[in-house]
Amino acid sequence: MSCCAPGAEAIVEPDTLSQDELRHAARSLGDGIAQIDLSVPAVHCGACIHAVEQGLSKVDGVVSARVNLSTKRVSIRFLEDRSPPLVETLKRLGYPPHLFDDADLGKERTLTELLRALAVSGFAAGNVMLLSVSVWSGAEGSTRDLFHWISALIALPALVFAGGVFYRSAWSALRHGRMNMDVPIAIGVTLAYAMSLYETFHHADQAYFDASVSLLFFLLIGRTLDLVMRDKARSAVLGLARLAPRGAVVIAPDGSREYRPVGEIEPGARLLAAAGERICVDARVIGGTSDLDCSLVNGESWPRRVEPGSLVQAGTLNLTGPLTLEATARAEDSFLAEMLRMMEAAEGGRTRYRRIADRVSSLYAPVVHLTAFLTFLCWMAIDGNWHKAITIAIAVLIITCPCALGLAVPIVQVVAARRLFERGVMVRDGSAMERLAEIDTVVFDKTGTLTVGRPRLANVIDIAPGMLAIAAGLGAHSRHPLSQAIAQAGSGRAGVPDFEAITETPGFGIEGLAGGSVWRLGRAEWALGRDGDPQVSGRSGTILARDGRECAQFQFEDALRPGAMQAVRALQQAGKSVEMLSGDTEKTCRDVAESLGIPRYEAALLPSGKVTRIAEMAQSGHKALMVGDGLNDAPALGAAHVSMAPATAADIGRNAADFVFLHDSLEAVPFVIAISRQAGKLVRQNIGLAIVYNVIAVPIAILGHATPLIAAIAMSGSSLLVIGNALRLLGLQRTNSHDDIVSPATALSVTAEQA
Amino acid sequence: MTVLVYLLPVALFLGFAGLVAFLWALKSGQYDDMDGAGERILIEQEPTNKSEIK
Repeated sequence: MSCCAPGAEAIVEPDTLSQDELRHAARSLGDGIAQIDLSVPAVHCGACIHAVEQGLSKVDGVVSARVNLSTKRVSIRFLEDRSPPLVETLKRLGYPPHLFDDADLGKERTLTELLRALAVSGFAAGNVMLLSVSVWSGAEGSTRDLFHWISALIALPALVFAGGVFYRSAWSALRHGRMNMDVPIAIGVTLAYAMSLYETFHHADQAYFDASVSLLFFLLIGRTLDLVMRDKARSAVLGLARLAPRGAVVIAPDGSREYRPVGEIEPGARLLAAAGERICVDARVIGGTSDLDCSLVNGESWPRRVEPGSLVQAGTLNLTGPLTLEATARAEDSFLAEMLRMMEAAEGGRTRYRRIADRVSSLYAPVVHLTAFLTFLCWMAIDGNWHKAITIAIAVLIITCPCALGLAVPIVQVVAARRLFERGVMVRDGSAMERLAEIDTVVFDKTGTLTVGRPRLANVIDIAPGMLAIAAGLGAHSRHPLSQAIAQAGSGRAGVPDFEAITETPGFGIEGLAGGSVWRLGRAEWALGRDGDPQVSGRSGTILARDGRECAQFQFEDALRPGAMQAVRALQQAGKSVEMLSGDTEKTCRDVAESLGIPRYEAALLPSGKVTRIAEMAQSGHKALMVGDGLNDAPALGAAHVSMAPATAADIGRNAADFVFLHDSLEAVPFVIAISRQAGKLVRQNIGLAIVYNVIAVPIAILGHATPLIAAIAMSGSSLLVIGNALRLLGLQRTNSHDDIVSPATALSVTAEQA
Repeated sequence: MTVLVYLLPVALFLGFAGLVAFLWALKSGQYDDMDGAGERILIEQEPTNKSEIK
């Protein structure tokens, strides 16, 4: 199956998950059995389920394994004392697992609650509607009374159970002095029921039980769809590999080693960081040399060499050699936690935004209630029959009950979120799409966002092919990113000698014996064996040397993210101003900005500098979309009007961003903007439709012609109209989806013109 | 109209039975994995004992 082809999904390469971490995350079920839930994003289809479940159940010590395809998780029960090799098995099967945060697992209960409410109201709506049809088609006398009483009986639990969702929301809004769409819904439904009950008592011929329950049913459908979509996006983001480590191996004073979770590591503790592990707290190196990948922390694209005495920040990745560290701060005082605090402080702009639905309802509810009240006064003045006046006033409330309006916004967002989901973009917040449609500036981070964050050999043509082959053969033995880049560039070339006695000197380079000569690949002063020579030590780049003589020099560049060029051009064509903010050096920033045609950029920025720049934009009236991935971008992501992060981003950045895109290409950015604009247009159309419906229906109700039959037809009709209009987003996009892939520029510029 | 005496309870009972069935399915976790359930019918079960005939 093509969906299971390797690399079909994202580019995230999870860090290794150790047995220690696994044991900490598992929870004991008693009887010596423990259970662990792991996220396996590579699971795609029935064959994957089968492979994972069969593969795991064959492992000694595993009691059972069950895959959940919707959440892409596997829950495994195993014998505690065996600690079976779960991670290795899953990796061997081709489904690398990782742990996920289950902090907000409670939200899943809300979905169950909504589904239950939906079922009850659906049952009530169906049965009450059947009874109502009998009444409309001519049931009379005691039969009609019987039908009304049964309807009242069925509608009551529905009102309590399904209506509770709306009552709670309306009450909390009113208590805070706000208005939301649930206030008129709650009032309308309750009054409809109360009046119908009064009418039934007095053997009247009209009751609105069907209106009140079918209204609840329709609105709950919209709400459930909305929640299902958001849950799906949320669990997809949660399922991404966690980049922040959960703990480290601590060396006790007596020399024993023990794995401890991050929260228990005190300043002064001695830690061990193996090659390939992330460092979990701010620390000082006290033993070993290595290279650190800081790209996620401060945006520097090249690895930094560390030796005893160097200070390292939490979140950096240890690349080549094992390090012994001394913690200098607790986890909550570390760089990572500081970023988290800055982000919370910066999130002011976000909370000020009021959703379109809320803005509309704050106008709508008073107008509707005032109209109903005036209707009552007018009828009292005309014929003084207070029973008739109240009946008509309540009919006005029922017919204006914002069924279509309540569906107008969520249904469009559900359809749009599904479109984005199919293209690998997760929407974390419904209002994000509304905010995105307003932006005029796009701010990019450089390392890891505009660029891939992995070096690429820049001067392949200057290097003799034979030398490149030798360097590639040597470089393949190191996990240093520069060696990897050389190995990739020279892979598949002939003439690679067999190296013997390969040794890597962390922080300097790699050495091997071949054909009687010593080959060295690494820093100039080390490769040429001339330590402390000022002429040599200042040279940048990597050198291949044979017995201390230079054979080739390698220059690197940070490869641009695929689609970066097209994305920037598409945004500029759509009239957005594009800017780049980076923590990297002036020179590398200039190169990237020039090659992408970005006119404005700022280099060597601290995290606070990025926030300040975004705050300046906000003050001068610009609304910015921030796209970034690093820890240092997280505060800026929080400060921006709307934010977006790639799947490779640091955990807190990913959690702060409104949108997360899983695929490599940066063309997701203009695509999301285009969809958001179209969604915004449809939302406005839908609200327009709902208002037109009211303009037609309200006069009928005011004049006293709104029978329950007319109310039922009008409300269902308007809801279907709104849903149908929202579904147009699906059709619209499908028909020109080929153009999208070739050039999002055209799609975006078209919608920009329409807007 | 005497037919209503038993028709109405029967109709309501059937509807109610459907509701209860749905709530039971929800509670027993049949809605936890909507995508997986559809795929699982295509997975061939390993025969649990020898006497089982393919």
